[in-house]
Amino acid sequence: MKASNSYIGRPMDRVEDLRMVRGRGTYVADVNRPDQLYGVILRSSVAHGKIRSIDFTRALELPGVKLVLTAADLGATVPRIPVRLQPLPELEPFRQPMLADRKVRYVGEPIAVVIAESAAIAEDALEHIDLDIERLPAITNREQVEAAASVLFEDHGSNTAITWKALLGDADAAFKTADYVRRERFQIQRHTAMFMEPRGFVAEWDAEAAKLTVWGAAKLAWHNRRVLAAALGLDEDAVNLVEVDVGGGFGSRGEFYPEDYLIPAAAKIMQRPVKWTEDRREHMMSSNHAREIECNVEIAVSRDGRFLGLRGQIWADIGAYLRTNGSMGPRNVAQFMSGPYCFGNVDLKCSMLTTNKTPSGSYRGPGRFETDFIRERLIDIVARELKIDRLELRRRNLVADSQMPYRLPFITPSDSSNELDSGDYHAVFERCLKEFGWEERSKLRGKLVDGYYHGLGIGSFIEGGAAGPKEDARLVLETDGSLSVYLGSSAIGQGLETIMAQIAADATELPFEKITVNHGSTSHVKDGYGSYHSRSTVMGGSSILLAGEKLKELIRETAAKRFNCGPAEILIDGEQVSYAGNHLSLSKLSAVPLEVEASFYNTKHTWAYGTQAAHVAVDPGTGEVKVVDYLSVEDVGRMINPLTLHGQAIGAIVQGLGGALLEHLVYDTEGQLLTGSFADYLLPTASDFPNIRSITLELKPCPNNPLGAKGAGEGGVIPVGGVIGNAVADALFHLNVQPLELPLSPPRIWELIEEAHQQQLGSS
Amino acid sequence: MKPPIFEYASPSTIAEAVSLLASRDGNAKVISGGQSLMPMLAFRLASPELLVDLKQLKDLNTIIIRDDGVRLGAKVRWCDIESDKRLDRSHPLLAEAIKHVAHYQVRNRGTVGGSLAHADPSAEMPGVTLTCDGLMTIVGSRGMRIEKASDFFIGPLTTSLEPDEIITEVHLPSWPADRRWAFREFARRKGDFAMAGVALFYDLDQENRAVDAHIGVIGVSDCPIRLTAAEAALNGNALTEETFSAVVAAAKGSIDPPSDIHASGAYRRALLGTLLGRGLHQSASRGETNASPI
Ligand SMILES: Cc1cc2nc3c(=O)[nH]c(=O)nc-3n(C[C@H](O)[C@H](O)[C@H](O)COP(=O)(O)OP(=O)(O)OC[C@H]3O[C@@H](n4cnc5c(N)ncnc54)[C@H](O)[C@@H]3O)c2cc1C
Repeated sequence: MKASNSYIGRPMDRVEDLRMVRGRGTYVADVNRPDQLYGVILRSSVAHGKIRSIDFTRALELPGVKLVLTAADLGATVPRIPVRLQPLPELEPFRQPMLADRKVRYVGEPIAVVIAESAAIAEDALEHIDLDIERLPAITNREQVEAAASVLFEDHGSNTAITWKALLGDADAAFKTADYVRRERFQIQRHTAMFMEPRGFVAEWDAEAAKLTVWGAAKLAWHNRRVLAAALGLDEDAVNLVEVDVGGGFGSRGEFYPEDYLIPAAAKIMQRPVKWTEDRREHMMSSNHAREIECNVEIAVSRDGRFLGLRGQIWADIGAYLRTNGSMGPRNVAQFMSGPYCFGNVDLKCSMLTTNKTPSGSYRGPGRFETDFIRERLIDIVARELKIDRLELRRRNLVADSQMPYRLPFITPSDSSNELDSGDYHAVFERCLKEFGWEERSKLRGKLVDGYYHGLGIGSFIEGGAAGPKEDARLVLETDGSLSVYLGSSAIGQGLETIMAQIAADATELPFEKITVNHGSTSHVKDGYGSYHSRSTVMGGSSILLAGEKLKELIRETAAKRFNCGPAEILIDGEQVSYAGNHLSLSKLSAVPLEVEASFYNTKHTWAYGTQAAHVAVDPGTGEVKVVDYLSVEDVGRMINPLTLHGQAIGAIVQGLGGALLEHLVYDTEGQLLTGSFADYLLPTASDFPNIRSITLELKPCPNNPLGAKGAGEGGVIPVGGVIGNAVADALFHLNVQPLELPLSPPRIWELIEEAHQQQLGSS
Repeated sequence: MKPPIFEYASPSTIAEAVSLLASRDGNAKVISGGQSLMPMLAFRLASPELLVDLKQLKDLNTIIIRDDGVRLGAKVRWCDIESDKRLDRSHPLLAEAIKHVAHYQVRNRGTVGGSLAHADPSAEMPGVTLTCDGLMTIVGSRGMRIEKASDFFIGPLTTSLEPDEIITEVHLPSWPADRRWAFREFARRKGDFAMAGVALFYDLDQENRAVDAHIGVIGVSDCPIRLTAAEAALNGNALTEETFSAVVAAAKGSIDPPSDIHASGAYRRALLGTLLGRGLHQSASRGETNASPI
């Protein structure tokens, strides 16, 4: 008898790669239906205004133009995009209408949809739509919010939507008695996910069957089907959302956007398939933005360097509407600022401000990237001022293994608590220092070598994952003995097909090569939740484990009937079953496919954690920051595939470096987006950060799921801003330069150095 | 975004190309590598009725090196310059500067003529041409003219070209073997347009003093400019720290760079000073063995 499978933990090559690198992937732009029409969106070029009139008669006269849809066509009340995460009643006023309804609130807001025989004709038609918009003062920053020259939502009456509060212990008391209190103001810039190909949909309405099919789903097919069916007044069963290949999602792709409704609605009206492909400029002004916050935060510390409390006010600029997951980042900034450290007392408020900018949503490590920058920078500032070694300061405050599970601040108004599940934070911290060669490299700290000042930075982080409530899997043993896996999780470039096949192989003891994984489309399983919050491996993978047990039972029962014995007497041995020396191949077992379905339920989050370190070199003449070396060490409990996980870590770190050094969605005070192409929005390119390393550990399996795995798709990005900020401060230690704002662009570094020079001149 | 509708022609002679351009009253445009024009069309920042493609024109893609200097046909691409090893000796400044232009894919299409005509304030080729007293050969309905670079660049994306004119060649005067020179620029990422850049060269007289100094800058004005005050501070002086400081101070005092989303004018001025200082040191150490850039 052969040993049971052990694909889990093996560095299997991605089964997706052969398809992708041979150009055989099917992305949404590759989907074409016979007789299809093309949709193009008329977007507001005004940031804030009242729509007086829309006249599209001239557009309709253009040969090939079939339809122009405006809010007036969408019924008495224009449908709005529901809030998916934290759907609090107080957030309802800020939901986005599918088309601008009487007002426009950001540059890029959809005002009309033009349907034509070609995309080019539809684009030409845009220039023939006469819009009369009465301009209102644009609100684009906190000063303008406070001056309140105008409000986005007149019925609400203020540009502050709601305020999140994260509370633990008694912060005021802690601050009153603390030996040392330090307060700083921080700011993180607006930037967001730039996946390889922008969004798109092809929608087809089958009038005879009264069924709608939409290609281009990602991340959340089942949820989006519910929303779409409701908005169109259809039964859920009449709607099929089909997932295609995607070049990354990063939290942004696959959320419900206006186009998710507009394109299917147009297909239904036209009774012809309609295709829409977002271009990059549109992507930059219409897909979710992220991360823009400003804050005043205080830290309280005892003389011997124990953290006593965190207190402060954060302002999150959420843009013009509260989209599906617009609360996630702002909430996380407040709830997770304490990170992997014992603070005991926390009192953080995060107010969500509405402004005339593109609405925001989750981007890999939502709120966590921001909050880690603030915390890790504060820790280094404290270390400098209290003259405590910054490594030592962290060691004194990291949550200890013995304190697990460790309670995190309680967050309102969604009223939820959370706790860290397990981990040896100290061990990972020390491992990172060792692998990085911290001590050896420290000799270079602050030194000027070939025109560059060298510096080291460090930061520790936690990564929440595996959001509930459940995930579904269906396993089908086909009559030829192969296994089809159907899954509610979706593939967003993370190697899902490979990972799930590994888990399924171990769960069923079938060979990896005999398994195909089908995912993300609403026709596959009854229900599904999707891929976000680093949840696919844990949730989808665990549901496969459960389904695997069920399938083995069914195989035994089926074989028992053939052999006339009890199910318990059947041995499953690879691709065959046996009883008392008789063997039967699985391909001969049953004339019909054997099918099982299972759900994995979970209410507890997984907490991967780690430490990252950076070595940078700063050119004081240009302000350039070179990343000499970067290392991430993370404990994920249990690794399914070291290769794909490594890719996730490296990719996430590069995104973090983009956010720390390059990427910025810039608006002027009129609400115009000034970064409308990759010439101005600086995404890291292949040659920018050649030296990145990642080490993954399996120290503490997660106690809350059968795999023992912890979600690990986002972690890499989380501490990068803080780590790089700390490294730059270290390089420029002699000047006491303290980066408090991102991105650390060359001009900003140069300004910081100039200011420091001025101060030194002033004080000498 | 898709380009608006346009007609397309691919003539096989320059005369034909010129008459096509002349036939549309300013509404026709030359297309060469398309690396600047296509984005302009896609963003609908330009909407010519007719595109006149130069691809079939012969003789515009050669690099000729003679005693009187280097002649680059208008259709010479960045990758052609990069792979022509003769230029490392015949015009090292050009060879060095062009290394900074764009990325691999763009370098396989972008052309000398396109860059000069497009006249981006940060582009390397216009900067080098101006610094080196380059001459452009331009053909139009009224015949052929030779234009000095100093008269050609007028403003951001603006030149003295008439709508019916085509650049056919640029001539960079000959380059003495022992000339001192440097090219320095700084961009956010490799291949991006420079936030500031400087091209400089001078010769040495008997007493090792700089003569005939040429200092041209990109990215700090609305078109490439020569810094005559800085040149004056260098001419006739020995290659000392003192001289270099004076040159840098003169340069910084004579520019007024614009601010944009990428950098303030103040940063650009300081950056230009840094680059110029480094370039001067590098130029001074050229000719010495094993000289390494500072
Ligand atoms: C991503 C990217 C990065 C880039 N980075 C840089 C950089 O760092 N530095 C840099 O210098 N450039 C850069 N460029 C621009 C690139 O070098 C262009 O190729 C060049 O500026 C234009 O050359 P072209 O042949 O592509 O011209 P086209 O795009 O074909 O034409 C540009 C303009 O010149 C006109 N034109 C073209 N040829 C002639 C001619 N012979 N006579 C008269 N008019 C003519 C056209 O009518 C048009 O107005 C970049 C481009 C891209 C896409």
